[in-house]
Amino acid sequence: MDLSLDQRYLDFREEVRAFLAANRSDAPPAITSRDRGAPTPAAFEWQRRLIEAGYAARNIPSEYGGYGAEPDILENMIIGEEFSAAGVQAGLAGIGIMMLVPTLLEVGTAEQKARYIPKAITGEEWWCQGYSEPGSGSDLASLRTNARLEGDEWVINGQKIWTSGAHFSDMMFCLVRTEPDAPKHRGISYLLVPVKSEGITVSPLKTMTGRSEFNQVFFDDVRIPAGNIVAGRGEGWKVANVTLKHERGGLGDPNKSIARFDGLVKLMRRETVNGQRAIDDRLLADRLMQLEAKVLALKFNNMRVLTADLEGRDPGLARLVTKYYGTVLNHELDALAIDAMGELGVLYEDGEYLRDDGAWQTWYMHDLGLIIGGGSTNIQRNIIAERGLDLPREPKAVIPPQGQGGRTAPGARA
Amino acid sequence: MRFGLSSEQESFRDQLRRLLAERAPLDRVREIAADGSGYDERLWSGLTELGAMGVLVPEEYGGLGMGTFDAGLVVEELGRAVAPVPYLGTAFVAPLVLAESGSNSLAAEWLPRIAGGEARIGLALSEAVGARAGAGVTAEGGKLSGKALAAFDAGAADAFIAASGADQLWLVQAGAAGLRQTPMTSIDRTRALAELRFDGVEAEPIPGGAALTRRALDLARVALAADAVGAADAMFEQALEYSKQRVQFERVIGSFQGVKHALADMITALEPARALTWYATHAQTEMPGEEAHRLACHAKAHMAEVGRMIARAATEVHGGMGFTDDLGLHYWFKRIGLDRQLFGTPEQIRAEAAATMAA
Repeated sequence: MDLSLDQRYLDFREEVRAFLAANRSDAPPAITSRDRGAPTPAAFEWQRRLIEAGYAARNIPSEYGGYGAEPDILENMIIGEEFSAAGVQAGLAGIGIMMLVPTLLEVGTAEQKARYIPKAITGEEWWCQGYSEPGSGSDLASLRTNARLEGDEWVINGQKIWTSGAHFSDMMFCLVRTEPDAPKHRGISYLLVPVKSEGITVSPLKTMTGRSEFNQVFFDDVRIPAGNIVAGRGEGWKVANVTLKHERGGLGDPNKSIARFDGLVKLMRRETVNGQRAIDDRLLADRLMQLEAKVLALKFNNMRVLTADLEGRDPGLARLVTKYYGTVLNHELDALAIDAMGELGVLYEDGEYLRDDGAWQTWYMHDLGLIIGGGSTNIQRNIIAERGLDLPREPKAVIPPQGQGGRTAPGARA
Repeated sequence: MRFGLSSEQESFRDQLRRLLAERAPLDRVREIAADGSGYDERLWSGLTELGAMGVLVPEEYGGLGMGTFDAGLVVEELGRAVAPVPYLGTAFVAPLVLAESGSNSLAAEWLPRIAGGEARIGLALSEAVGARAGAGVTAEGGKLSGKALAAFDAGAADAFIAASGADQLWLVQAGAAGLRQTPMTSIDRTRALAELRFDGVEAEPIPGGAALTRRALDLARVALAADAVGAADAMFEQALEYSKQRVQFERVIGSFQGVKHALADMITALEPARALTWYATHAQTEMPGEEAHRLACHAKAHMAEVGRMIARAATEVHGGMGFTDDLGLHYWFKRIGLDRQLFGTPEQIRAEAAATMAA
């Protein structure tokens, strides 16, 4: 056990702190109960400054507009810790930056990297992800949106759902079936589609938060250039797994839980009932301590993962469990905050008695979405059991005659 | 940075596993459990030969002068093997308490014997954890009177570290005049508990006051957490193996989602809990102070909850077999049960941790 850091990392931490102290007043506020819409101009400007300083797009080669530092796990750990501790947004967290860019860097052509990465990291071109379909949720590989090659164009038909941010996106990376005769995992390709293309209809899907974080996206003979494919025909599933790896790593970040916990402690020091602070209530404090232990457990588990990464080993179960553990934990933190506020915990969106700008109720609902998205909790358990513990897959069951099942959103087109 | 075992620690752990597989197979554990002494002499001498007794004993007293993380690895392996030896009191808590007390005479008298495997030391700390009706130890003129309950690693103990209230520790010889030891039969027969009755017993004060008393409890707590990690890991492993072999409805039961998800839930709780416990044991010698105290509280309370969950779920995966004496799974179930109750229950410990945060 050696938790010491070389002097150069201690120096690096000081640099990050100095940058934050000098610049934090310009950072855009964290998302609260307000609309989770398109990023604001202030957010784009903040992103530009972070890239320039090396705290966003740090390991993206400079030829693609990034900062161009060699990947260094400990530097990235320090940046994450310090931004989180300061409560400052670590730049734009769009799906393009988090998922498309690392995927293109791994499997894209030189041309695709040059064309898409620079605009994705600044946010100039905003991306959304077209994966799920009404009939293909957890069983994503059963997807039916299809594309056929006509001359030098793909022609796409079908429907996507849960497409976050499609209503303000410029581009979509999506999975479509291009090889109908191949086995289901080998018939899928990964295409890059301009959202403003003719034939695309984006229909916002209102969620329990009262807002429209998601959309349904309909494709009606949508034509895109044949070259807008990442890797080869039928290799989309492999490409998607590169992307999912990045998404799951992001869901379960201990820094998020630590920041959430710190906010919870502050809230519980402020909230009083009958003159007693919530933090001095034995039952609430007991729950707080149970959650602090879990936050610490997630943090130290992540240090095991980082150690394995540093040594080029597969962290195995320690990584497989983080998405499941972290997303459920965040939801428990939100729940305690709401309980600590008592009857005022139900308030939402605005009003004199709203606490923390209504963030806790927003998170309580939004985090439930994260428990489901990116591989739901039950799918995570299967992954842990099958990949981590080497347990056999469930045998196929017979599909009932009435069809695929699953509840369809009201108003959805069949 | 390296979070985890070094290659030396891995090889030390492998040596321990080999020794435990050879000298503490379940049949041997059953024999020791039947006599209730909590002490297997052959295993004890094997541990001594490996250097395990002296891990926390400073080098000038014949030990290895290593850290609590190393000693925690020993405890974790003992928990994994449900090993019947009084290691926790003797080799985890006593060396640091005696060395940190600043008493050269106590250190010179006991530490070389601990490192050499020649002394066994029990912990009579129930007074510091919380006074129970009908119990209580008081000190007057250097003599102890009253009753201590659930003295841990008793049985074969040559001496006890005993608490009178929360602010004073004493070193008491097991054979001292006026001390009567009565075994307390617990669920866990791999470690001996006793009631100690003191009737004006001569005892040597251990300097260090309330701070050292709290330190003793932190060490005991973090060690019980490590023990529970090992025991829970062993239960989980057995459940996993069983689920891959047991066939019902013409399928191995590990292919049923109900069973799979139970196993996934167990390991999802255990992996982070193991990391927390490792860090908490590491902190005790590497960064002693308020943070180490809070971490000890969190590791103990959290492993108590995770341990209970795994003990129950791993038994369930075994079906009726899990309930039998034949399979022996209950030795781990009970080990985890005792690890939870001693030196502070989860609610009590969390209240202590909360008190440090409320300010």
